[in-house]
Amino acid sequence: MTFQLIAMQLFSGLALGAVLIMVALGLSIIFGMLGIVNFAHGALFMVGAYAGLYIAGLTGSFWWALLLAPVLIGMFGMLIERFLIRPLYGRSPDDPLLLTFGLGYVLVEAVRIFFGTDGIPFSTPAALRGVVHLGFGVFPIYRIFVIGVVVAVLVCLWIGLEKTKFGLIVRAGSADPLIMRVLGVDISRLWLVVFGIGVGITALGGVLAAPMRNVSPEMGSLVLAEAFVVTVIGGMGSLPGAVIAGLVVGVSVSMTSLFAPEMATIVMFALMALILLVRPNGLYGRPAAGL
Amino acid sequence: MSVVKTAELAPAAPRARLAGFLSAASRWRVPLSILALCVLPWILPSQALAVNVLIYGLVAVGYNLLFGYTGLLSFGHAAFFGAGAYATGIAIGTYGVNWFLAMLIGVLTAGILSVVMGVLAIRTRGIYFSMVTLALSQLVYYAALQASSWTGGENGLRGFTVSRLTFPGGVSVDFLDPVVKYYAIMVVVALALWFVSRVLNSPFGAVVEAVRENETRARACGYNVERTKLLAFVLSGVLCGLAGTLSALHLSIVPLDSLHYHTSGLIVMMTLLGGAGSFFGPFIGALAFLSMEDVFSLWTANWQLIVGVIFILFVLYLPRGIWGTLLSWGNNR
Repeated sequence: MTFQLIAMQLFSGLALGAVLIMVALGLSIIFGMLGIVNFAHGALFMVGAYAGLYIAGLTGSFWWALLLAPVLIGMFGMLIERFLIRPLYGRSPDDPLLLTFGLGYVLVEAVRIFFGTDGIPFSTPAALRGVVHLGFGVFPIYRIFVIGVVVAVLVCLWIGLEKTKFGLIVRAGSADPLIMRVLGVDISRLWLVVFGIGVGITALGGVLAAPMRNVSPEMGSLVLAEAFVVTVIGGMGSLPGAVIAGLVVGVSVSMTSLFAPEMATIVMFALMALILLVRPNGLYGRPAAGL
Repeated sequence: MSVVKTAELAPAAPRARLAGFLSAASRWRVPLSILALCVLPWILPSQALAVNVLIYGLVAVGYNLLFGYTGLLSFGHAAFFGAGAYATGIAIGTYGVNWFLAMLIGVLTAGILSVVMGVLAIRTRGIYFSMVTLALSQLVYYAALQASSWTGGENGLRGFTVSRLTFPGGVSVDFLDPVVKYYAIMVVVALALWFVSRVLNSPFGAVVEAVRENETRARACGYNVERTKLLAFVLSGVLCGLAGTLSALHLSIVPLDSLHYHTSGLIVMMTLLGGAGSFFGPFIGALAFLSMEDVFSLWTANWQLIVGVIFILFVLYLPRGIWGTLLSWGNNR
């Protein structure tokens, strides 16, 4: 086991974790604001990847796919919030969860109708093929690019949430929606936007993940379970929690697949079970009182 | 569900009749369901559909104990269903155990698994609970996928068939005959239904509903909420495990998908369609779901799309499900 191999595996773990962060972040943002768990999140990740595939096929450019797919799917997410989830506010928190589960079911079937049931390969854009030699190992450019995009998104989100007036309203709204409404903020419009952003980020994750694995209707169901693990480890509704847990999960999966490949799919769930025993609310989670 | 008290204060004639019928149905719920199950294979278009309704009906009834009565939305019950099925299949196929012992092993395995998952999951609350149960059941799924020398991996578990059920005293019945098979499975399901009815009528059943209605108050009244939840979780896991063993005996194969959280989702959908928190609801839901599958899959390979849309409409407009809506309509003044 050379140092080089470990470094490369560590690196691909980071790329894996970066995609997980995108999905978990979307989940966490939506939960933090609206107090609902979006069970269609995995399906929207998958729809994002297919949208990317479609746009890339239409325009012949990966860059348009990367730009347009998240925007389109984010807008689609807003429609979902407006017409399916909004009627459920004020009802049991289980109801939006059940509804989004059904929605995920429908989305997967719809994609099967339009794109077929088989996986479709998504080729890496020409500019991002190949590897970089960094002295202690070779690294695929595309994975470096993925990590770069995710870091950029994280920075944008951080600036958006911490430094702008919109971010201030979002943070206040997630702390106390009732007071915000009393103060005259149209909170339902805010929720609409936040849901759209959460879905858009997931769709971006889907487009980014597409060249690293095949695009298939089932890709979302896998990712959903992984995103849940990340969110539970990091703490529901916590953005730094999602980032750190995403990296921890990504790296531990890739490290396990180096040393004990048969355990690779299991390790993240075992990790989650361990965290639950020690810290039931996750690393950064607030106690979920009454939720 | 206390339906009894409404019978005397219903003014409108059809509603009064419905309320009267509902209260009688609730009082005679076990004999009534057994009667319904007896005639089921002769009403439904196929024997296979009837057996599926039996098995998934039992799963949904077991699940309802947790979701409907305790108010915990688990997305991990496929793990218990699958564990029961796998343990039974492995016991018969690999170790040559007789069918009765194999069923016992299946139920026991599901029970142990539900204790482990329950202890972990009950530490979390609300929405967390759903996510954690889903993730833990995926752990079981991947474990079964990896341990392919035991479980057959992606191909599922094959190579065990029970053709005759032998009883002590030399009596044996032909399990390959569809009618015999249906009624043999029905006897087990009927016993389970009777058990569930007993549990719901017991003081424990009342505590479980108290926890659902107001956890804090139940705690203040001196009930051990965690233990109640865990017991409900395990009971419901055991019932799903029992259904799993029946499914293994019935199909002579355990597909890997029976452990996937999509199966958990199906269970949730059936329970909600029929009406969570009511005695007949889950069975009606299983019947409705499987009949829809039966009919729609004749028209289109994408029947799941239609079923999914119907499910969404139910969540939006009829969250009490078919039976629950009927109940509340009958009970309204």
